[in-house]
Order: sequence, then structure tokens, then C-alpha cells
Amino acid sequence: MSTMWTTKLRKATVEKFEPQDVLPDDQPSYVASWIYVFGVLTLASLLVIIVTGFALTTKGIAWWHTSNVGHFVNSAHLWSVEIFFIFMVVHLWGKFWMAAWRGRRFATWVTGAIAFLASVATGFTGYLIQTNFDSQWIATQAKDGLNSAGIGSFFNTLNTGQSILLHVSLLPLVVGLITIWHVILVRRNGVVPPLDAKEIAGGGM
Amino acid sequence: MSKERNVDLAKWSGPKRPYDLVKEFTIALLVVTLVTVGLAALFSSPDERAVTLQDWSMKSPTDFVATATGELAGTTISAAYGAPYNKASEGLALGPLKIQKWAGVTIPVNPAFDFVVDPLTHSKDAAAPAALSQWNGASADQQTKWATDYSAAIEKAKGDYTMVAASESFGPVPVMATALLTEAQTGLLDGYLTTKASPFPSDFTGPLLFLADGVYLDDLGAAQHLHGDQWGMMNETGSYPGQSWLWLFSLWYQVEPFKSSDNADIQIFAFLMFLTLCFIFMPKLPFINRLPRLIPIHRLIWRRYYKENNL
Repeated sequence: MSTMWTTKLRKATVEKFEPQDVLPDDQPSYVASWIYVFGVLTLASLLVIIVTGFALTTKGIAWWHTSNVGHFVNSAHLWSVEIFFIFMVVHLWGKFWMAAWRGRRFATWVTGAIAFLASVATGFTGYLIQTNFDSQWIATQAKDGLNSAGIGSFFNTLNTGQSILLHVSLLPLVVGLITIWHVILVRRNGVVPPLDAKEIAGGGM
Repeated sequence: MSKERNVDLAKWSGPKRPYDLVKEFTIALLVVTLVTVGLAALFSSPDERAVTLQDWSMKSPTDFVATATGELAGTTISAAYGAPYNKASEGLALGPLKIQKWAGVTIPVNPAFDFVVDPLTHSKDAAAPAALSQWNGASADQQTKWATDYSAAIEKAKGDYTMVAASESFGPVPVMATALLTEAQTGLLDGYLTTKASPFPSDFTGPLLFLADGVYLDDLGAAQHLHGDQWGMMNETGSYPGQSWLWLFSLWYQVEPFKSSDNADIQIFAFLMFLTLCFIFMPKLPFINRLPRLIPIHRLIWRRYYKENNL
């Protein structure tokens, strides 16, 4: 066995996948329910959030207060976030009732759960950087909970500059990477079979 | 459900059906884009203008003066806060765990000095330098007594500082408070507090803490149904859904024993952390991980499969 790091990395990553696993053009026959659409809808919403967020980023945080176009883009960003969470929550409940962690898919569940939590944190910092009354209120209220747990010593909700950088750089990176990891796990492990599905002779990973 | 079955582990070798993932994603993206644009066009987004210290001092001068006096007396929320701003109190505790205190003072704030005394060095009020000189020359006990007496007099006058009769027992505090009011009304105080650390302001800790010490901001929040007992910050100004995903956090502020607890913030935070861990490790939780089997919603999701296979 090669001792080269590159070889080891290739075997641990790229060689784990066949082209058909990465971009399959068929699925098990049981993948036939509207609930499966919500994962894709969540990803699509995330893409719209990123695009509208990019548009806001290029013009700065105060742009949307003074520009009709800016206000519309901000509205699109807001509503894409709202529907993103709706789709993600439906997706999550669907996976719960499917017990989708079966068959060594625990990591898929965990990455999905962390993606949800990271999205909540990203949404929260987004609300903090609106630079309007709502963000002032949220900042002054939220600080108490975070301070009580000692987190406020490192993340100051009243420091708008810190929230901006978290919202447009670090947290989206976390959400993006954990989402990619989640999707890779879904592709690698396949879609979980129905509960009490018929056993397949000679099965095993 | 803890015992893994081959069928769950294996790569599916049963019947398959065509599934165009790229087409599905493209249609989903189109639908989401259209829905987003539609919602944005129909409902827009709320944008209540941010409140300034100038707004506060103009619209509620009595509250402003009472709060400035409270900062000098050390009786406001931020003056008595504790970590991460100062050591005025030990902060909240989770039983014997004083986590807030342990995190330490990392954002030093001395409300009396930072919000009142220091800004007054830039006051255009002719009486301010003498008042400041008298304040700075007095002992800490004397300063507190002046400010506390003036606070009590304002409270006795139902919050209206203009109805308080002059008295030597207040020392220079009335002059300082009214000079700060004038400084705020001209907008100078906003400028000074926001640009004190850097001429490129990005940190609003000082002005927001000062603003939140008054009643004015609190009243504005209540009018916008944003109070903690109104489900708090998960709401948004106007009639918008806000951060509805924070409902499980806001919920506990509405119910006992958290609702009336002095340590509600840390208790709810700790409880939420516990629930968060349960969420992440749900597949490993006894009973909870059996619910999908006990409540057969999966029969609906996979109804076609069960029907076709007579299961």
C-alpha cells in the first residue's frame, strides 16, 4: 500500500465514489414521495440566499435603507431565508419520521442537525446587521442570554462590525461546508430504505 | 431499531426508477426564485429607522436625564451588570456555576464615566466644566450620594426633572445631567460615543448600552410587540414572521419556572443547550428513536413501496 499522502487522500475520498453515486440518474423505486423534494428545495433556497446576500454585500449594509432596488434585494434575501427554514424544517421532520439515520447514516443526521443550528446562528447575525431599530432591539436583548453563558465575552451583539464579519464570512462558510459534507454523505450512503423493507440477500456495505 | 439490518446498510439492489436530480434541482431553483421574488414584491421587508441618542433626548428628555443620573448613581442596568462589562455584580448563575463571572470583563464599560463624565468634557455648556471639576474633586461616596439624592428627587417628581427644586444636596449632578441632555439633543453625544474608539464606527456597545438603560427604548420595543414576555426577539417589527425558528427559545420565557426566575437567561440557555444536544444525538436517544416506528407516518411516505410489496 502506498505511503503517499496524496494516494491515501484519493483512496479516502475520490475512490469512495463512483460517477453514478455522485450524479445518479436513477434512484431506488421507494424514492417516490413529495417529502424527498424538500431537501432539494432547501438547497435551492440556500443558493437564492447566497445570491441575494452577494448583491447586498456589494453595496454595503446601509444601501437598502436608501435605495428601492436595495430594499427589494433585502426583501428577497429576507423571504428566501424564511422559506429556506420552512423547507429545512419540513425536510428535517421528514427524515425523523423516516428514521433516516438507519444503516450507518448517523453522521448524515448529525451534519444536517449542525447545518440547521449553523443556519440559525447565521440568520441571527443577519438580523443583527440590519442597522435599523429591529437590529438594535435584538442586539440589546440577546446580549443578556449570551453574556449569562459567558459567550458575550467573545461575541458582542452590540458590536455591529463583528456581527457583519460573522454573517458574511465565517458563518456562511460553516453552513456551506457542513451542507456540502451533508450532501456528500447522502450521495455516499444512498437514500435510506423504508422501515421494514424486504431484506436483500447478500447485503452488506 | 438499534440493530442494523442488511437492507439498511447495503447498496440498494432492488428495483430502481429514473430520477433526474439536475432537472429536479433546476426546477426547484426556479420555483424558489419565483416564490422569493413574489413574496418580496408583495410583502417587502420592514425597516424601522434606528433610534439615536438624539432621538431619545428630544422625544423623552425626562427619561434621558433620569437615566444619565442613574448612570452616575450606579443604579442602571449596565452600571450594575457585571461581566463582560464590569465587576459591579457577579451576574447570573446556574446554581453554583457563576459562568458569566468566570468569563471575565472583556468589554470594559464604566457607565458613569463613559456615558456621562467623559462626554461632558466636550460639552458646549458653559456650566459644564465647573460641574465636572466639582464632580471629579469629590469622593466616590459623595458622588454616589449626590446622584442618588437627585435620582430620588426625580422619581418623587414622577420622573420630571424640571419639577425638581434646586438643592445643594444634588451637588453638580443636575447641571451635568442637563448639559449631557443638551449635548445629546445637538447630536454631539451620538458622534462622540460612536467614534470614540475609531473614526470609522462599527462598535455600538456604548451608545446601545446607554440607550437600553432608559425606558424609551423599552417602550418602543413593547409597542412593536418585541418584549420578552411577547415572545421577544423572535418577532420582527411590523407584521412579519421574524425569526420564527427561535420559537423554542422564546417559549421558555413565557412559562414558569423560567418566567419569574432572576436567572432565567442562563437557565433557558442551559436548557436549550441540553435540547440541542438531544437534537443532534436524537438517533441515539432511547424511545425517541423508536417514535418513527411507533407513529407510522413512514407508512404514508412510502405507501407505494409498501403497497407494491404487500407489506
